[in-house]
Amino acid sequence: MTDQPAFAAALMDPAQTAPAHLLNPFGGPAGKRFDVYRNNVAVSLTEALETGFPTVRKLVGAEFFRAMAGVFLRANPPEDPRLMLYGAKFPGFLARFDPVRHLPYLPDAARLDLGLRQSYHAADAPPFDTRGLDPAAVMALRPRLAPATLVLSSRFPVFSIWRANAEAHAPRPGTAPEDVLIARKGFDPAPHLLPPGGLTLARALKGRLTLAEAMARTLADHPEADFAALLTLVFTSGALTLHP
Amino acid sequence: MFDTSPQTLPAAAGIGFKSQHFAGLMDAPGPVRWLEIHAENYMGAGGRPLAQLRALAERFPISVHGVGLSIGGDRPLDRDHLARLRHLCDWLNPASFSEHLAWSTHDTGFLNDLLPLPYTAATLARVAEHIDMVQDALGHPMLLENPSTYLAFAESDWSEVDFLAELSRRTGCGLLLDVNNVFVSAVNQGTDPRAYIDAFPMHTVCEIHLGGHDDDADDTGRPLLIDSHGRPVADPVWTLYAETVAQAGPKPTLIEWDTDVPPLPELIAEAGRAAAILTPETVS
Repeated sequence: MTDQPAFAAALMDPAQTAPAHLLNPFGGPAGKRFDVYRNNVAVSLTEALETGFPTVRKLVGAEFFRAMAGVFLRANPPEDPRLMLYGAKFPGFLARFDPVRHLPYLPDAARLDLGLRQSYHAADAPPFDTRGLDPAAVMALRPRLAPATLVLSSRFPVFSIWRANAEAHAPRPGTAPEDVLIARKGFDPAPHLLPPGGLTLARALKGRLTLAEAMARTLADHPEADFAALLTLVFTSGALTLHP
Repeated sequence: MFDTSPQTLPAAAGIGFKSQHFAGLMDAPGPVRWLEIHAENYMGAGGRPLAQLRALAERFPISVHGVGLSIGGDRPLDRDHLARLRHLCDWLNPASFSEHLAWSTHDTGFLNDLLPLPYTAATLARVAEHIDMVQDALGHPMLLENPSTYLAFAESDWSEVDFLAELSRRTGCGLLLDVNNVFVSAVNQGTDPRAYIDAFPMHTVCEIHLGGHDDDADDTGRPLLIDSHGRPVADPVWTLYAETVAQAGPKPTLIEWDTDVPPLPELIAEAGRAAAILTPETVS
Protein backbone atom coordinates (compact mmCIF):
# COMPACT_ATOMS: atom_id res chain seq x y z
CA MET A 1 0.00 0.00 0.00
CA THR A 2 1.07 3.58 -0.32
CA ASP A 3 2.29 5.71 2.48
CA GLN A 4 0.27 8.85 1.91
CA PRO A 5 0.37 10.04 5.55
CA ALA A 6 4.20 10.07 5.44
CA PHE A 7 4.12 11.79 2.02
CA ALA A 8 1.73 14.43 3.37
CA ALA A 9 3.74 14.96 6.56
CA ALA A 10 6.97 15.48 4.60
CA LEU A 11 5.10 17.76 2.18
CA MET A 12 4.08 20.10 4.99
CA ASP A 13 7.44 20.05 6.82
CA PRO A 14 10.34 21.51 4.79
CA ALA A 15 12.79 20.21 7.41
CA GLN A 16 11.99 16.56 6.53
CA THR A 17 13.65 14.75 3.66
CA ALA A 18 11.43 13.06 1.06
CA PRO A 19 10.24 9.54 1.99
CA ALA A 20 12.80 6.92 0.89
CA HIS A 21 10.53 5.03 -1.53
CA LEU A 22 10.26 8.16 -3.70
CA LEU A 23 12.94 8.15 -6.36
CA ASN A 24 14.57 10.21 -8.96
CA PRO A 25 13.57 8.01 -11.98
CA PHE A 26 17.28 7.51 -12.71
CA GLY A 27 17.81 5.65 -9.44
CA GLY A 28 18.72 8.35 -6.91
CA PRO A 29 16.66 9.92 -4.13
CA ALA A 30 13.77 12.21 -5.16
CA GLY A 31 15.46 15.35 -3.76
CA LYS A 32 14.36 18.51 -5.53
CA ARG A 33 11.67 16.56 -7.41
CA PHE A 34 9.75 16.15 -4.17
CA ASP A 35 10.14 19.89 -3.58
CA VAL A 36 8.02 20.53 -6.70
CA TYR A 37 4.99 19.15 -4.82
CA ARG A 38 6.00 20.96 -1.62
CA ASN A 39 6.26 24.19 -3.54
CA ASN A 40 2.94 23.70 -5.37
CA VAL A 41 1.10 23.22 -2.07
CA ALA A 42 2.70 26.17 -0.27
CA VAL A 43 2.48 28.58 -3.22
CA SER A 44 -1.10 27.74 -4.19
CA LEU A 45 -2.40 28.03 -0.64
CA THR A 46 -0.42 31.22 -0.03
CA GLU A 47 -1.96 32.69 -3.19
CA ALA A 48 -5.42 31.71 -1.98
CA LEU A 49 -4.77 33.59 1.28
CA GLU A 50 -3.30 36.60 -0.57
CA THR A 51 -6.41 36.82 -2.74
CA GLY A 52 -8.70 36.29 0.22
CA PHE A 53 -7.13 38.78 2.65
CA PRO A 54 -6.07 41.85 0.65
CA THR A 55 -6.53 44.27 3.58
CA VAL A 56 -4.39 42.18 5.94
CA ARG A 57 -1.75 41.86 3.23
CA LYS A 58 -1.60 45.63 2.75
CA LEU A 59 -1.41 46.20 6.50
CA VAL A 60 1.55 43.87 7.09
CA GLY A 61 3.24 44.09 3.67
CA ALA A 62 3.48 41.45 0.93
CA GLU A 63 6.68 39.79 2.13
CA PHE A 64 5.63 39.48 5.76
CA PHE A 65 2.22 38.21 4.65
CA ARG A 66 3.80 35.40 2.60
CA ALA A 67 5.92 34.29 5.53
CA MET A 68 2.94 34.44 7.89
CA ALA A 69 0.74 32.57 5.40
CA GLY A 70 3.36 29.80 5.34
CA VAL A 71 3.07 29.39 9.12
CA PHE A 72 -0.74 29.43 8.95
CA LEU A 73 -1.17 26.99 6.07
CA ARG A 74 1.13 24.37 7.59
CA ALA A 75 -0.90 24.35 10.79
CA ASN A 76 -4.26 24.88 9.05
CA PRO A 77 -4.50 23.32 5.59
CA PRO A 78 -7.96 23.69 4.00
CA GLU A 79 -10.60 21.45 5.56
CA ASP A 80 -12.12 20.63 2.19
CA PRO A 81 -11.45 21.36 -1.51
CA ARG A 82 -13.56 24.51 -1.64
CA LEU A 83 -10.78 27.10 -1.52
CA MET A 84 -13.44 29.83 -1.55
CA LEU A 85 -13.94 28.93 2.12
CA TYR A 86 -10.25 28.75 3.00
CA GLY A 87 -9.03 31.01 5.76
CA ALA A 88 -12.04 31.00 8.11
CA LYS A 89 -9.52 30.32 10.92
CA PHE A 90 -7.14 33.06 9.80
CA PRO A 91 -8.63 35.84 12.01
CA GLY A 92 -8.30 33.62 15.09
CA PHE A 93 -4.75 32.71 14.07
CA LEU A 94 -3.85 36.41 13.78
CA ALA A 95 -5.22 37.06 17.26
CA ARG A 96 -2.75 34.53 18.68
CA PHE A 97 0.24 35.09 16.37
CA ASP A 98 2.92 36.84 18.45
CA PRO A 99 4.72 38.71 15.64
CA VAL A 100 1.53 40.74 14.95
CA ARG A 101 0.56 41.37 18.56
CA HIS A 102 1.32 45.08 18.03
CA LEU A 103 -1.49 45.22 15.43
CA PRO A 104 -4.52 44.35 17.58
CA TYR A 105 -6.97 45.39 14.84
CA LEU A 106 -5.57 42.82 12.39
CA PRO A 107 -8.05 40.01 13.28
CA ASP A 108 -11.01 42.32 12.63
CA ALA A 109 -9.50 43.48 9.34
CA ALA A 110 -9.25 39.78 8.42
CA ARG A 111 -12.90 39.24 9.45
CA LEU A 112 -13.90 42.05 7.13
CA ASP A 113 -11.93 40.54 4.21
CA LEU A 114 -13.45 37.14 4.97
CA GLY A 115 -16.95 38.63 5.22
CA LEU A 116 -16.64 40.24 1.78
CA ARG A 117 -15.66 36.87 0.30
CA GLN A 118 -18.52 35.07 2.08
CA SER A 119 -20.92 37.70 0.81
CA TYR A 120 -19.62 37.25 -2.76
CA HIS A 121 -20.49 33.54 -2.73
CA ALA A 122 -23.70 33.77 -0.69
CA ALA A 123 -27.08 32.75 -2.07
CA ASP A 124 -28.99 35.18 -4.29
CA ALA A 125 -32.16 36.76 -2.90
CA PRO A 126 -34.85 38.97 -4.40
CA PRO A 127 -34.27 42.66 -3.60
CA PHE A 128 -36.40 44.38 -0.98
CA ASP A 129 -38.75 46.22 -3.30
CA THR A 130 -41.10 48.79 -1.78
CA ARG A 131 -42.26 50.40 -5.02
CA GLY A 132 -45.96 51.26 -5.00
CA LEU A 133 -46.31 50.90 -1.22
CA ASP A 134 -47.21 53.79 1.05
CA PRO A 135 -44.90 54.43 4.05
CA ALA A 136 -47.29 52.76 6.54
CA ALA A 137 -47.37 49.61 4.43
CA VAL A 138 -43.57 49.60 4.19
CA MET A 139 -43.30 49.89 7.99
CA ALA A 140 -45.54 46.83 8.36
CA LEU A 141 -43.23 44.66 6.20
CA ARG A 142 -40.92 42.11 7.77
CA PRO A 143 -37.73 42.40 5.76
CA ARG A 144 -34.89 40.07 6.59
CA LEU A 145 -31.18 40.40 6.03
CA ALA A 146 -30.23 38.95 2.64
CA PRO A 147 -27.97 35.86 2.75
CA ALA A 148 -25.13 38.05 1.41
CA THR A 149 -25.52 40.54 4.29
CA LEU A 150 -23.12 40.35 7.24
CA VAL A 151 -22.65 42.61 10.22
CA LEU A 152 -19.29 43.03 11.94
CA SER A 153 -18.88 44.81 15.25
CA SER A 154 -15.37 45.92 16.13
CA ARG A 155 -13.50 47.57 19.00
CA PHE A 156 -11.39 49.21 16.27
CA PRO A 157 -12.10 51.62 13.40
CA VAL A 158 -12.20 48.63 11.08
CA PHE A 159 -14.24 50.28 8.31
CA SER A 160 -11.82 53.22 8.12
CA ILE A 161 -8.87 50.81 8.17
CA TRP A 162 -10.39 48.86 5.28
CA ARG A 163 -11.08 52.05 3.37
CA ALA A 164 -7.58 53.44 3.90
CA ASN A 165 -6.20 50.25 2.35
CA ALA A 166 -8.74 49.95 -0.47
CA GLU A 167 -9.14 53.55 -1.68
CA ALA A 168 -6.53 55.99 -2.90
CA HIS A 169 -7.45 59.17 -1.03
CA ALA A 170 -9.29 57.81 1.99
CA PRO A 171 -9.03 59.69 5.29
CA ARG A 172 -6.66 58.37 7.96
CA PRO A 173 -8.48 56.06 10.39
CA GLY A 174 -9.31 57.58 13.77
CA THR A 175 -9.55 55.61 17.00
CA ALA A 176 -13.30 55.23 17.60
CA PRO A 177 -14.76 51.72 17.29
CA GLU A 178 -16.79 51.04 14.14
CA ASP A 179 -19.49 48.58 13.13
CA VAL A 180 -19.62 47.47 9.52
CA LEU A 181 -22.46 46.31 7.30
CA ILE A 182 -21.38 44.11 4.40
CA ALA A 183 -24.10 44.02 1.74
CA ARG A 184 -24.24 42.85 -1.85
CA LYS A 185 -26.00 44.80 -4.53
CA GLY A 186 -26.13 42.63 -7.62
CA PHE A 187 -22.95 40.58 -7.42
CA ASP A 188 -20.52 43.02 -5.83
CA PRO A 189 -20.34 43.07 -2.03
CA ALA A 190 -19.31 46.31 -0.32
CA PRO A 191 -18.64 47.31 3.30
CA HIS A 192 -20.58 50.26 4.75
CA LEU A 193 -20.01 52.10 8.00
CA LEU A 194 -22.98 51.38 10.26
CA PRO A 195 -24.23 54.54 12.00
CA PRO A 196 -25.26 54.45 15.70
CA GLY A 197 -28.17 52.05 16.20
CA GLY A 198 -27.34 50.14 13.03
CA LEU A 199 -26.20 47.01 14.83
CA THR A 200 -29.39 46.96 16.91
CA LEU A 201 -31.55 47.47 13.83
CA ALA A 202 -29.78 44.64 11.98
CA ARG A 203 -30.20 42.29 14.94
CA ALA A 204 -33.86 43.22 15.27
CA LEU A 205 -34.47 42.44 11.60
CA LYS A 206 -32.83 39.05 12.06
CA GLY A 207 -35.51 38.45 14.70
CA ARG A 208 -38.28 38.73 12.07
CA LEU A 209 -39.75 41.95 13.43
CA THR A 210 -41.65 44.39 11.26
CA LEU A 211 -39.71 47.44 10.19
CA ALA A 212 -41.77 49.56 12.64
CA GLU A 213 -40.99 47.17 15.53
CA ALA A 214 -37.31 47.03 14.64
CA MET A 215 -37.15 50.84 14.54
CA ALA A 216 -38.89 51.12 17.90
CA ARG A 217 -36.37 48.72 19.43
CA THR A 218 -33.49 50.65 17.90
CA LEU A 219 -34.85 53.95 19.22
CA ALA A 220 -35.16 52.51 22.74
CA ASP A 221 -31.48 51.51 22.73
CA HIS A 222 -30.18 54.43 20.69
CA PRO A 223 -32.26 57.58 21.11
CA GLU A 224 -29.57 59.41 19.08
CA ALA A 225 -30.07 57.14 16.03
CA ASP A 226 -30.42 58.95 12.72
CA PHE A 227 -33.22 56.96 11.09
CA ALA A 228 -33.07 58.77 7.78
CA ALA A 229 -29.42 57.73 7.39
CA LEU A 230 -30.02 54.22 8.71
CA LEU A 231 -33.01 53.47 6.50
CA THR A 232 -31.33 54.96 3.44
CA LEU A 233 -28.37 52.67 4.08
CA VAL A 234 -30.36 49.47 4.58
CA PHE A 235 -32.75 50.23 1.71
CA THR A 236 -30.10 51.16 -0.89
CA SER A 237 -27.20 48.84 -0.05
CA GLY A 238 -28.92 45.60 -1.02
CA ALA A 239 -28.85 44.47 2.63
CA LEU A 240 -32.52 43.48 2.81
CA THR A 241 -34.76 40.94 1.20
CA LEU A 242 -38.39 40.09 1.82
CA HIS A 243 -39.48 37.23 4.03
CA PRO A 244 -40.44 34.26 1.87
CA MET B 1 -32.63 24.03 -14.52
CA PHE B 2 -31.13 23.19 -17.93
CA ASP B 3 -32.09 20.99 -20.83
CA THR B 4 -31.68 17.48 -19.51
CA SER B 5 -30.97 15.79 -22.84
CA PRO B 6 -27.51 14.22 -22.95
CA GLN B 7 -24.84 16.58 -24.23
CA THR B 8 -21.39 15.83 -25.55
CA LEU B 9 -18.32 17.97 -26.06
CA PRO B 10 -17.73 18.79 -29.73
CA ALA B 11 -14.48 17.58 -31.33
CA ALA B 12 -13.38 21.21 -31.40
CA ALA B 13 -11.36 23.66 -29.31
CA GLY B 14 -12.38 24.82 -25.84
CA ILE B 15 -10.72 26.91 -23.13
CA GLY B 16 -10.66 26.87 -19.35
CA PHE B 17 -13.15 29.56 -18.26
CA LYS B 18 -11.95 32.50 -16.16
CA SER B 19 -14.43 34.99 -14.73
CA GLN B 20 -12.70 38.02 -16.30
CA HIS B 21 -13.31 36.59 -19.80
CA PHE B 22 -17.08 36.28 -19.38
CA ALA B 23 -18.18 39.31 -21.43
CA GLY B 24 -15.63 38.65 -24.18
CA LEU B 25 -16.68 35.03 -24.57
CA MET B 26 -20.39 35.88 -24.67
CA ASP B 27 -19.61 38.53 -27.27
CA ALA B 28 -17.07 36.94 -29.62
CA PRO B 29 -15.89 33.42 -28.75
CA GLY B 30 -14.08 32.94 -32.08
CA PRO B 31 -13.00 29.30 -32.44
CA VAL B 32 -13.91 28.52 -28.80
CA ARG B 33 -16.78 26.02 -29.00
CA TRP B 34 -16.93 24.78 -25.41
CA LEU B 35 -15.70 25.69 -21.93
CA GLU B 36 -14.28 23.87 -18.96
CA ILE B 37 -14.74 24.95 -15.35
CA HIS B 38 -13.12 23.77 -12.14
CA ALA B 39 -15.93 22.16 -10.17
CA GLU B 40 -14.77 23.43 -6.77
CA ASN B 41 -15.04 27.08 -7.83
CA TYR B 42 -18.78 26.66 -8.37
CA MET B 43 -19.71 25.08 -5.07
CA GLY B 44 -20.83 28.33 -3.47
CA ALA B 45 -24.47 29.15 -2.79
CA GLY B 46 -24.88 31.91 -5.37
CA GLY B 47 -23.49 35.20 -6.59
CA ARG B 48 -21.56 35.99 -9.75
CA PRO B 49 -19.87 32.58 -10.28
CA LEU B 50 -23.15 30.68 -10.58
CA ALA B 51 -24.85 33.48 -12.53
CA GLN B 52 -22.04 33.50 -15.08
CA LEU B 53 -22.12 29.72 -15.31
CA ARG B 54 -25.88 29.74 -15.87
CA ALA B 55 -25.49 32.18 -18.77
CA LEU B 56 -22.51 30.32 -20.27
CA ALA B 57 -24.30 26.97 -20.11
CA GLU B 58 -27.09 28.31 -22.29
CA ARG B 59 -24.54 29.09 -24.96
CA PHE B 60 -21.71 26.53 -24.67
CA PRO B 61 -21.35 22.85 -23.79
CA ILE B 62 -19.62 22.82 -20.39
CA SER B 63 -17.06 20.36 -19.12
CA VAL B 64 -16.84 20.11 -15.32
CA HIS B 65 -13.28 19.32 -14.25
CA GLY B 66 -12.76 18.35 -10.61
CA VAL B 67 -9.54 19.07 -8.77
CA GLY B 68 -10.50 17.95 -5.28
CA LEU B 69 -12.01 14.45 -5.23
CA SER B 70 -8.70 12.76 -4.37
CA ILE B 71 -9.57 9.68 -6.43
CA GLY B 72 -6.07 8.32 -5.87
CA GLY B 73 -6.33 8.78 -2.11
CA ASP B 74 -5.71 5.84 0.22
CA ARG B 75 -8.84 6.61 2.24
CA PRO B 76 -12.53 6.56 1.33
CA LEU B 77 -13.82 9.33 -0.92
CA ASP B 78 -15.20 12.36 0.91
CA ARG B 79 -18.94 11.71 0.67
CA ASP B 80 -19.82 15.33 1.40
CA HIS B 81 -17.66 16.47 -1.48
CA LEU B 82 -19.11 13.85 -3.77
CA ALA B 83 -22.60 15.07 -2.82
CA ARG B 84 -21.60 18.67 -3.65
CA LEU B 85 -20.30 17.49 -7.00
CA ARG B 86 -23.49 15.63 -7.71
CA HIS B 87 -25.51 18.72 -6.77
CA LEU B 88 -23.50 20.84 -9.23
CA CYS B 89 -23.80 18.28 -12.05
CA ASP B 90 -27.53 17.75 -11.43
CA TRP B 91 -28.07 21.50 -11.72
CA LEU B 92 -25.79 22.09 -14.70
CA ASN B 93 -26.18 18.89 -16.75
CA PRO B 94 -22.61 19.26 -18.07
CA ALA B 95 -21.39 17.59 -21.25
CA SER B 96 -18.60 15.89 -19.33
CA PHE B 97 -17.13 15.35 -15.87
CA SER B 98 -13.44 14.61 -15.43
CA GLU B 99 -10.97 14.17 -12.57
CA HIS B 100 -7.32 13.26 -12.07
CA LEU B 101 -5.32 10.14 -11.38
CA ALA B 102 -3.94 11.78 -8.24
CA TRP B 103 -4.68 12.38 -4.58
CA SER B 104 -5.00 15.65 -2.67
CA THR B 105 -6.62 14.95 0.69
CA HIS B 106 -5.40 13.14 3.77
CA ASP B 107 -6.30 13.19 7.46
CA THR B 108 -5.26 16.76 8.21
CA GLY B 109 -6.91 18.35 5.21
CA PHE B 110 -6.92 19.27 1.54
CA LEU B 111 -3.43 19.88 0.13
CA ASN B 112 -4.48 21.64 -3.11
CA ASP B 113 -2.11 19.78 -5.37
CA LEU B 114 -2.39 16.72 -7.60
CA LEU B 115 -0.14 14.30 -5.74
CA PRO B 116 1.28 11.13 -7.32
CA LEU B 117 0.56 7.51 -6.52
CA PRO B 118 2.46 4.30 -7.23
CA TYR B 119 1.08 2.07 -9.95
CA THR B 120 0.47 -1.31 -8.29
CA ALA B 121 -2.31 -3.90 -8.22
CA ALA B 122 -3.43 -2.54 -4.84
CA THR B 123 -3.67 1.10 -5.95
CA LEU B 124 -5.38 -0.01 -9.15
CA ALA B 125 -8.11 -1.79 -7.18
CA ARG B 126 -8.63 1.20 -4.90
CA VAL B 127 -8.77 3.79 -7.68
CA ALA B 128 -11.21 1.56 -9.61
CA GLU B 129 -13.44 1.40 -6.54
CA HIS B 130 -13.36 5.20 -6.22
CA ILE B 131 -14.22 5.66 -9.90
CA ASP B 132 -17.16 3.27 -9.48
CA MET B 133 -18.41 5.37 -6.54
CA VAL B 134 -18.17 8.59 -8.55
CA GLN B 135 -19.94 7.08 -11.55
CA ASP B 136 -22.65 5.65 -9.31
CA ALA B 137 -23.15 9.06 -7.69
CA LEU B 138 -23.25 10.97 -10.99
CA GLY B 139 -25.18 8.37 -12.93
CA HIS B 140 -22.84 8.41 -15.94
CA PRO B 141 -19.23 7.66 -16.85
CA MET B 142 -16.47 10.06 -15.86
CA LEU B 143 -13.14 10.79 -17.54
CA LEU B 144 -9.83 10.21 -15.79
CA GLU B 145 -6.78 12.33 -16.64
CA ASN B 146 -3.14 11.20 -16.86
CA PRO B 147 -0.98 13.19 -14.42
CA SER B 148 2.23 15.19 -14.71
CA THR B 149 4.83 13.39 -12.64
CA TYR B 150 8.11 14.57 -11.19
CA LEU B 151 9.36 11.48 -9.40
CA ALA B 152 9.01 7.70 -9.37
CA PHE B 153 7.91 5.15 -6.76
CA ALA B 154 10.14 2.21 -5.90
CA GLU B 155 7.08 -0.05 -5.63
CA SER B 156 5.43 0.78 -9.01
CA ASP B 157 5.14 -2.32 -11.20
CA TRP B 158 2.58 -1.14 -13.79
CA SER B 159 3.26 1.32 -16.58
CA GLU B 160 1.07 4.41 -16.41
CA VAL B 161 -0.54 3.67 -19.78
CA ASP B 162 -1.40 0.09 -18.78
CA PHE B 163 -2.68 1.34 -15.42
CA LEU B 164 -5.02 3.87 -17.08
CA ALA B 165 -6.15 1.39 -19.77
CA GLU B 166 -6.96 -1.21 -17.13
CA LEU B 167 -8.90 1.36 -15.05
CA SER B 168 -10.96 2.25 -18.11
CA ARG B 169 -11.56 -1.43 -18.87
CA ARG B 170 -12.64 -2.24 -15.29
CA THR B 171 -14.83 0.79 -14.64
CA GLY B 172 -16.00 1.88 -18.08
CA CYS B 173 -14.62 5.37 -17.46
CA GLY B 174 -13.27 7.37 -20.38
CA LEU B 175 -9.79 8.88 -20.39
CA LEU B 176 -8.72 12.49 -20.64
CA LEU B 177 -5.37 12.61 -22.40
CA ASP B 178 -3.32 15.63 -21.31
CA VAL B 179 -0.66 15.85 -24.01
CA ASN B 180 1.35 18.42 -22.06
CA ASN B 181 1.35 16.06 -19.07
CA VAL B 182 2.58 13.26 -21.35
CA PHE B 183 5.45 15.45 -22.51
CA VAL B 184 6.29 16.78 -19.02
CA SER B 185 6.25 13.30 -17.46
CA ALA B 186 8.28 11.73 -20.30
CA VAL B 187 11.03 14.35 -19.99
CA ASN B 188 10.98 14.04 -16.20
CA GLN B 189 11.01 10.22 -16.27
CA GLY B 190 13.49 9.92 -19.13
CA THR B 191 11.02 8.10 -21.39
CA ASP B 192 9.74 8.64 -24.92
CA PRO B 193 6.52 10.68 -25.19
CA ARG B 194 5.77 9.19 -28.65
CA ALA B 195 5.94 5.67 -27.28
CA TYR B 196 3.41 6.74 -24.60
CA ILE B 197 1.05 8.14 -27.24
CA ASP B 198 1.52 5.06 -29.47
CA ALA B 199 0.60 2.77 -26.57
CA PHE B 200 -2.32 4.87 -25.29
CA PRO B 201 -5.80 3.34 -25.72
CA MET B 202 -7.09 6.10 -28.02
CA HIS B 203 -10.56 4.54 -28.34
CA THR B 204 -11.17 5.49 -24.67
CA VAL B 205 -10.05 9.14 -25.08
CA CYS B 206 -12.96 11.59 -24.89
CA GLU B 207 -11.01 14.81 -24.32
CA ILE B 208 -7.51 16.23 -24.75
CA HIS B 209 -5.80 18.88 -22.61
CA LEU B 210 -3.04 21.23 -23.71
CA GLY B 211 -1.26 23.65 -21.40
CA GLY B 212 2.05 25.38 -20.80
CA HIS B 213 4.94 24.16 -18.65
CA ASP B 214 8.04 25.70 -17.06
CA ASP B 215 11.62 24.49 -17.51
CA ASP B 216 13.75 23.67 -14.49
CA ALA B 217 16.46 21.16 -13.54
CA ASP B 218 16.73 18.57 -10.75
CA ASP B 219 19.62 18.18 -8.26
CA THR B 220 21.64 16.22 -10.82
CA GLY B 221 21.19 18.83 -13.57
CA ARG B 222 18.69 16.73 -15.53
CA PRO B 223 15.78 18.67 -17.06
CA LEU B 224 12.74 18.93 -14.80
CA LEU B 225 9.60 20.29 -16.43
CA ILE B 226 6.89 21.79 -14.21
CA ASP B 227 3.23 21.63 -15.26
CA SER B 228 2.46 25.27 -14.46
CA HIS B 229 -0.41 26.18 -16.84
CA GLY B 230 1.07 29.67 -16.88
CA ARG B 231 2.30 30.17 -20.45
CA PRO B 232 1.58 29.18 -24.08
CA VAL B 233 1.66 25.53 -25.10
CA ALA B 234 5.28 24.61 -25.95
CA ASP B 235 6.23 23.78 -29.55
CA PRO B 236 7.16 20.11 -28.92
CA VAL B 237 3.77 19.68 -27.22
CA TRP B 238 2.02 21.07 -30.31
CA THR B 239 3.94 18.56 -32.42
CA LEU B 240 2.99 15.71 -30.11
CA TYR B 241 -0.63 16.91 -30.18
CA ALA B 242 -0.69 16.92 -34.01
CA GLU B 243 0.66 13.36 -33.96
CA THR B 244 -2.00 12.40 -31.40
CA VAL B 245 -4.79 13.83 -33.56
CA ALA B 246 -3.35 12.07 -36.63
CA GLN B 247 -3.47 8.81 -34.69
CA ALA B 248 -6.72 9.20 -32.75
CA GLY B 249 -8.78 11.50 -34.97
CA PRO B 250 -10.21 14.83 -33.79
CA LYS B 251 -11.11 15.01 -30.07
CA PRO B 252 -12.48 17.85 -27.92
CA THR B 253 -9.32 19.81 -27.05
CA LEU B 254 -8.91 22.22 -24.15
CA ILE B 255 -6.41 25.03 -23.71
CA GLU B 256 -5.62 25.26 -19.98
CA TRP B 257 -4.13 28.47 -18.60
CA ASP B 258 -4.57 28.86 -14.83
CA THR B 259 -1.78 31.13 -13.55
CA ASP B 260 -0.76 34.52 -14.99
CA VAL B 261 -3.94 34.23 -17.06
CA PRO B 262 -3.59 36.33 -20.25
CA PRO B 263 -6.26 38.50 -21.90
CA LEU B 264 -8.89 36.51 -23.81
CA PRO B 265 -7.43 37.17 -27.31
CA GLU B 266 -4.29 35.23 -26.39
CA LEU B 267 -6.36 32.24 -25.26
CA ILE B 268 -8.48 32.48 -28.40
CA ALA B 269 -5.28 32.41 -30.48
CA GLU B 270 -4.16 29.22 -28.70
CA ALA B 271 -7.61 27.71 -29.24
CA GLY B 272 -7.36 28.69 -32.92
CA ARG B 273 -4.06 26.84 -33.20
CA ALA B 274 -5.69 23.70 -31.78
CA ALA B 275 -8.71 24.15 -34.07
CA ALA B 276 -6.43 24.36 -37.10
CA ILE B 277 -4.91 20.99 -36.20
CA LEU B 278 -8.33 19.46 -35.51
CA THR B 279 -9.91 20.61 -38.80
CA PRO B 280 -7.15 21.76 -41.14
CA GLU B 281 -9.50 22.34 -44.08
CA THR B 282 -11.47 25.09 -42.30
CA VAL B 283 -8.47 27.26 -41.43
CA SER B 284 -9.07 30.78 -42.61
